[in-house]
Amino acid sequence: MQLDLLVSRFQERDEKAFETLYDMYSNSMHGVIYNIVRDCDIAEEVMQDVFIKAWHNADSYSAKKGRFFTWLINIARNAAIDKTRSKAFKNSKKNLQAEFFVDILENQDNLNSQTDAIGIQKFVKKLAKKCIEVIELLYFKGYTQKEASETLDMPVGTIKTRNRNCIKELRTMLDVN
Amino acid sequence: MTNQEYIESGILELYVAGSLSEAENEAVYNRLLENPDLLSEVLNIEASVIKLTAAVSPRDSKYLFPAVKQALGLHNAEPKVIPIDRKPRNNWYTYTGWAASVLLAGGLIWLFNQKTTLESEIQTVETELNQQLIENQLLEEQISKAQVSLEEAQKLLSVLRDKDMITVPLAGQAVYPEAYAMVYWDKKTNNIYLDAQGLPEPPRGKVYQVWSLTLNPLTPTNLGTIDSFTTDENKIFTISNANASEAFGITLEPAGGSASPTLEQLYALGALQSAP
Repeated sequence: MQLDLLVSRFQERDEKAFETLYDMYSNSMHGVIYNIVRDCDIAEEVMQDVFIKAWHNADSYSAKKGRFFTWLINIARNAAIDKTRSKAFKNSKKNLQAEFFVDILENQDNLNSQTDAIGIQKFVKKLAKKCIEVIELLYFKGYTQKEASETLDMPVGTIKTRNRNCIKELRTMLDVN
Repeated sequence: MTNQEYIESGILELYVAGSLSEAENEAVYNRLLENPDLLSEVLNIEASVIKLTAAVSPRDSKYLFPAVKQALGLHNAEPKVIPIDRKPRNNWYTYTGWAASVLLAGGLIWLFNQKTTLESEIQTVETELNQQLIENQLLEEQISKAQVSLEEAQKLLSVLRDKDMITVPLAGQAVYPEAYAMVYWDKKTNNIYLDAQGLPEPPRGKVYQVWSLTLNPLTPTNLGTIDSFTTDENKIFTISNANASEAFGITLEPAGGSASPTLEQLYALGALQSAP
């Protein structure tokens, strides 16, 4: 089924469409959230909240504003960051390791059974630090290009082309072309 | 900018990341609508990012969907199939069911009627009660009025029967010969009781004024006006009089009274039979 059709069915509160979208994105959202909260159970809890929120606010999504995936990942990042600011979370997790998503990937023994995981692990090992930083900020943390340019102290144009090249590498690795 | 240049600029990767401004997002969206190859580029970028982010997840999350659905109060995905029995069942059930429904409906109608009747009866009783109450109040008022009248009458009677009471009949004068009045003078209390029953109603804007008179020389002393003449029922007025009166007169004066009597409007006049 066409993705935009699926999304509009979801917006009409079609449960089947909702489930399909959940299957497509839940692991991705869980990964993004886990990278921020660094606790698998909490990440699962937040991820479920994200889909509950998405269902309730389905009407607020508009294709004009961006991709459905982008809309969803934005909710996920915000929910995860909110979680890290909550009192209960701060009390239980005093120090979040300042690690990138790659550290999780490298230290992960029981990668879920997705066939691509191994490829990604390889990719990550080969990935230059400059790619890791850019991908971390833009995709996992949701920085705007301007924020990323300030954080990494490089022009917006450089961010843009570097990111383009990093994703290109990733796609080659995953054979998504 | 050609599509290839557009792709190479890296804007589509930022578009998927959500790093663009609202205006930029809309511009990309409009361009995607017209260029399917740009859209497929976006889909590929998206697919690779989804895989990368999903790889970071330590556990598969798919099994959590039922919990999400439950939290949202959604139905189970698998609808239960209820087999439809096409064979006609024993008609007894049907008939009994219908009969019961009819009975129930009849019972309900009967109950409703009962209720309506009772309500209207209650209303009637309430109205009657109210009327009774009003009537009782009227009756009480009348009784209390009668009691007041009786008291007044008894008082008057006691005044009239008093042997020390000086009675002065006032006769009608030229302006209204049929008029008459009586003055009962109680010298112990220095009160006169004027019975003005025989005087006509004063015209509008005029009042009767009562005068005490001494005869040699003729000197009138004002005893006051009778302002409540029209409203007073028994037309008996109590007026204080400490004068050595030899006669009493009543004149018709403009409202508020006059300093001296208007003799042309003298209605009634009478002298004491024997000077005290």
